[in-house]
Parts: sequence; structure tokens; C-alpha cells
Amino acid sequence: MGRSATTKDAQDLFHSLRSAYAATPNNLKIIDLYIVFAVVTAVIQVVYMAIVGSFPFNSFLSGVLSCVGTAVLAVSLRIQVNKEIQGNASQSKFSVPLIDQYRASLV
Amino acid sequence: MDKSPADLLASPGLASLLKSLKLKTKQQELLIRVSILCLVYVLAFITRLFSVLRYESMIHEFDPYFNYRVTQYLTQKGFYEFWNWFDSESWYPLGRIIGGTLYPGLMVTAALIYWILRFLRFAVHIREVCVLTAPFFASNTTLVAYFFGKELWDSGAGLVAAAFYFALVISQAWGGYVFIINLIPLYVLVLLITGRYSMRLYVAYNSMYVLGMLLAMQIRFVGFQHVQSGEHMAAMGVFFLMQVFYFLDWVKYLLNDPKKFHTFLRITVTSAVGLGAIALGVGTASGYISPWTGRFYSLLDPTYAKDHIPIIASVSEHQPTAWSSFMFDFHILLLLFPAGLYFCFKRLSDATIFIVMYGLTSMYFAGVMVRLILVATPAVCLISAIAVSATIKNLTQLVRAKSKPNPVGPGKGTSSTKSSSKGSPDQSMPIQRNGAIALLLGVFYLLTRYAVHCTWVTSEAYSSPSIVLAARGAHGNRVIFDDYREAYFWLRQNTPPDAKVMSWWDYGYQITAMGNRTVIVDNNTWNNTHIATVGRAMSSYEDEAYEIMRSLDVDYVLVVFGGVTGYSSDDINKFLWMVRIGGGVFPVIKEPDYLVNGEYRVDKGAAPKMLNCLMYKLSYYRFGELTTEYGKPPGVA
Repeated sequence: MGRSATTKDAQDLFHSLRSAYAATPNNLKIIDLYIVFAVVTAVIQVVYMAIVGSFPFNSFLSGVLSCVGTAVLAVSLRIQVNKEIQGNASQSKFSVPLIDQYRASLV
Repeated sequence: MDKSPADLLASPGLASLLKSLKLKTKQQELLIRVSILCLVYVLAFITRLFSVLRYESMIHEFDPYFNYRVTQYLTQKGFYEFWNWFDSESWYPLGRIIGGTLYPGLMVTAALIYWILRFLRFAVHIREVCVLTAPFFASNTTLVAYFFGKELWDSGAGLVAAAFYFALVISQAWGGYVFIINLIPLYVLVLLITGRYSMRLYVAYNSMYVLGMLLAMQIRFVGFQHVQSGEHMAAMGVFFLMQVFYFLDWVKYLLNDPKKFHTFLRITVTSAVGLGAIALGVGTASGYISPWTGRFYSLLDPTYAKDHIPIIASVSEHQPTAWSSFMFDFHILLLLFPAGLYFCFKRLSDATIFIVMYGLTSMYFAGVMVRLILVATPAVCLISAIAVSATIKNLTQLVRAKSKPNPVGPGKGTSSTKSSSKGSPDQSMPIQRNGAIALLLGVFYLLTRYAVHCTWVTSEAYSSPSIVLAARGAHGNRVIFDDYREAYFWLRQNTPPDAKVMSWWDYGYQITAMGNRTVIVDNNTWNNTHIATVGRAMSSYEDEAYEIMRSLDVDYVLVVFGGVTGYSSDDINKFLWMVRIGGGVFPVIKEPDYLVNGEYRVDKGAAPKMLNCLMYKLSYYRFGELTTEYGKPPGVA
């Protein structure tokens, strides 16, 4: 009983996420694709290092950090290009702190 | 109508001058602001020229001689040689990898300025460039402080620039960047917890962290520390936390349904925090992430260094700060600092939270170690400036309140709305106004006294080059002691080029820079055992010391002795630290052997080991035949 409720919840979640995401404009989707590509490249490098060993550490660090770095900077770009959040960009406060919501969700 | 001071302020002379230039109020304000900034820029430069005017243009103290020598090498041999330099003239016989153990920012900047000036056909010597780089950057710092202050108090968007400047530039130039690199993540964490976050926080912190970390790791001295040492884990932890935070926020925005989001939230955050804690725990336990190094650990636990690392405890600038030092350096800023904190709390915003955190943490560390007053200075200046600015603004508003006698309608002046809303009777206004004027005059008096004090402090205490000493002779004439440099030049001119000189580590940089000879230990103090060997040699009997010196190939020993002139920071004064550091590695050297009843004596009643050790013998050789002061018997220090 509990198990099916959780899976149904998860499926629900997944569907609503998919439908919401489909609504985003195309230019943002291209940026998202680039972010996914960068993260996947980083993961591949980490797996490779786990298999082969970390020498030379410089190469590993530069590879992974450039991927992570470019992903993060692409996210920043996406934030600043996204017209829907434009209004929030200059605000310094959101309405409800996320930490309180987290605590509320645990109850 | 009586002439009141306020009317004098708006006197016909100044007003007509400004009017004659046909400027509007905004432009007048701009003119005043720009001229003040120019004056401050020039003042900041010339106040640092006291010692250049009094003595000559030379490098002060001990450590800067290393920077000077390295900059010289850089301009002579080029960047590639500099970056890969292995120096065999210091730390004989080990040598030192200079390219891999320095923060290149300062030297590269000085070299760049030198090359630019040379390109413009100014034939300057590299020493002049090095000496004057400091005042030049001091002036630039005042400009930066101005813009920083403008952002802090009036708007908040300059934080990206400030964070970038600190993290990037300082990590290139100075080991103290660890403070900034922990303060900024702490600040971001505080902002996240108090709910004051927005997209620009994400963009700012991530740009700074990614670019700063990648560029800092190009410095070989920093190396892999950003991913391996405990001191940098805070920055990384906050980086990951931010990714999680903003990802969750984006999902919440996508879902638009609180209930579903709560489930998602619960799962993701618990797993993310759990994973992070496990990773950190495994890393620290397995030793992959190194714990905080002794240098920074001693800041959190001030008693740590005395027991465990005597070489850190021996540096006089590492001692806890006395109140007199605070008063000496900060003067009225000490009083204005709490007042500024009050004003910051009154107008809480992202920017003021940052300056409050910076101010409080840096004041704590300034109390732990004298040299960290330097780190606290920008924060204290800015917070005090906020206090002064807010106070003066309130007072001038009160003063100008009577400038419109009939407060009809909203009016154009900033003050008339205040006075009309108060609706106070005419009687109290003159009293308030006179009180405000008196207070204003008091504030201006305080500020002028502060400026005078700072100039005096710079002239007396911070302009002494330490390598050249001055005193008054018996007839009031000025006597210059240039003994340090004379000794180094004697070495340079009278010893074979491959001679090795043993001295205490304080003088290492100066001997290599000016004497151009190989030294055994120098100020870098990277090898404690080597320094302990020298300490052991200095505190042993002559025959044992001779064996140690033979094993190190020593040809000359340099000792600084101040008994003839009454110079108090000589090697006899530092001798106990030599014993402690030597004894820390070689248990054969025991500190109580050199003391008499726990007391350090160097006269007839000194301990026998003290009277026969190498340092004593070298310092007091034939001292009994020397007359130090007219009228006193010979051999009296």
C-alpha cells in the first residue's frame, strides 16, 4: 500500500515535471542541453579516473573543473536570459525562505 | 537678521563662485566629490613617502628583500626562468624551489609597471619601482574603498566586483586569502538562511568560485589545496549547497504545486545533505582532505602555537594584540566602529550584512594576532565611515531645516518635509539647530584630530626602514646607524663568491639580496629541522658548534649584537627562541640550562652554559675592553 502510493507520487511528480518543462522556450532548452552535455562529460571523466587512477591529477582536475565550471556559468547565463524570471532578478528577497518550507515538509 | 553659521556656509563668495561656473546642483556635487577624491589620492601617496624623504629610497624590513630579489630576477631573466627558478643560494645545502613556493602577484605587478615605464622610455631602476609600488597601490585602494563604500551604503550591486577582487587578486598575492575564501562562503550561507537570496547571488558566487578556484590553482604554491585541504572545504560545500538550493527553487517554480514539491524537496535535500556529510567524513577520516594547517589553526586556538609550533609563536607579529595597539592604529575608529555597526543593523541589506560579518570576524582575528590588524582595517574604515556619514547627514538635515521658514506644500528641499511633518513650535527649532551645529563642529574637530594622529603615526612608527636606524648624538646631531647594510656589503666585497654564511633566519633574505652570498636558513622558514640545526649550533659549546658548522660547510657566521649602542632587538634578545626551536628538534638543548632561577641573565651571574655557548662568545668577544658610554667603565652594555 505504502509502496504503490510512493510510486504513484513519483510518477505524478515525473509527469508534472515533464509537462511543465515542455513549456519552456527553445533557446532555454538549447542551454539546458549544453548543461547536460557538460555534466555528462564530467561524470564520464570521474568514472574514467575511478577505473584508471588519478595520475596526472592536474589533467583530471582541469578536465572536471572546466566541465563543472562551464555548466555552472551556463546556468548563470540561463538565469539572466530567462524573461520570465526577469522581475525577480533585481529583488533581494523571495516570499518564503526555502529552509522553512523544508522544515514544514518534514512534518 | 543675525548671521548664523549656517548662513556663513552658504556665504556669497562660495555660492557665487559655483554659480559663476553655471553648474547645477548635481554637477556641483560631482565637482566637490571628484576634487575630494583627487586630494585623498594624492594624500595617500605622499603620506607613505616619509621614509623616502628622511633616509633614502630603499626596501624596508626583512621579508620585502625577498620580493625585491625575486622581482629583480624576473626583470633580468624573464618570466619562464622566474617561474621555474631553483635557488641554490639559500637553505644550503637543500636549496629552495622559489618558483613553486611563492605568491607571484606582487612581483609580477611590480615587474609589469617596470616594463611599462621602460617601454615609455623612463629609465627607472627596479628598486625605485618596488619602493614606490606600495604608495601607488595604497592610493588605488582608497579609490576602491570609495566605490565599495558607495555600493554598501547606497546600493548593493557592487558585491560581485568586491568578491571577485578579493578572492582572485588576493589569492594570487598573499597567503591570507584563506580568510576571504572562508568569509565569503560564510556570508553566502547567512544570506541563504535568512532568505535574502536572489538570482544575482547565484551568478555572483558561482562566477567567483569557479574562475577564482581555477585561476588560483595555477599558482604552484596553492596547487591542489582547493580540493584537498580543510581550509577550502567551506567554499566547496557552499558551492554544492547553492546548486542544490537553486535547483530546488527551479523545480518549485516549474511544478507550481506546493504538495508535490514538498515530497520532492524532502527526498532530494535529505539525500543531498547525507551524501555531502558522508563524503566529507570519509575524506577527512582517510586523510585525503588535510586538516587545518597549524598556521591557521592557531588563529582559532591561540594557545596552540606556543605548545606545538615554537617557530610560529616566536614571531613578534604573531602575538595577541594589546589595547594600546588597537588605539594606536585605529584612534577614533575604535569608537565609531560600534556606532557604525548600529547604523548597519538599522538599515539591513545584503551589503550591510556583508560588512558587518567582515568587520566582526576580522576584529576577532585582529585581537588574536597583531599583524591581522591589517586585515581588519578595510572593514573598520568602512563601518566607521558609515557612522560618520549617517551622523553628519542627520545633523545637517537638522541644520538646514530652518532654511525654508514657511513649509508650505511638499517643497523641494529634502529637509522641509521633515520639519513640516514635525510641526514643532518656533522656539525649539533654534535650540535644536544650534545643538546640531555644535555637534557638527565637534565631529569635524574629531576628524581633523584623527587625520593629524594618523599622519603622526605614519611618520613616527611606520616610516622606519628597520634596516637603517637613527638616533640623536650627544650634541643633538642626528646619528645614522647603517650597520646592517655595511655588514652585508663587507660580505659582498671581502668574501669569496661561494662562501656560505650562517646566521639566524631573520637576516637570510637580506644577506642573499644585498650580500649576494649563500645562506643556510632564511625568512621562508619552510624547513624547521634546518633552522633547529642552526639554533643548536648557536646554543652549543664552541667545539660542538664547530662540528655542526663543518657539516654544513659554513665559512662565515653573522651575528647581530646591540650592546654597544643599546640596540635592543639583536640576537642576544632572540637567543631564547633559538634555544626553544633547537630544543624542539634536538632534546640535548634544554632551555632551563640557560636560565638562572627561571630568569634570563647575560651578566656575570648568567648560567655557565649561557656563558660558554657560541652565541655569547661571538657577541661578547673582547667586550670587556670596550667603552660604550662616556664616563662609564668599559664592558658595560
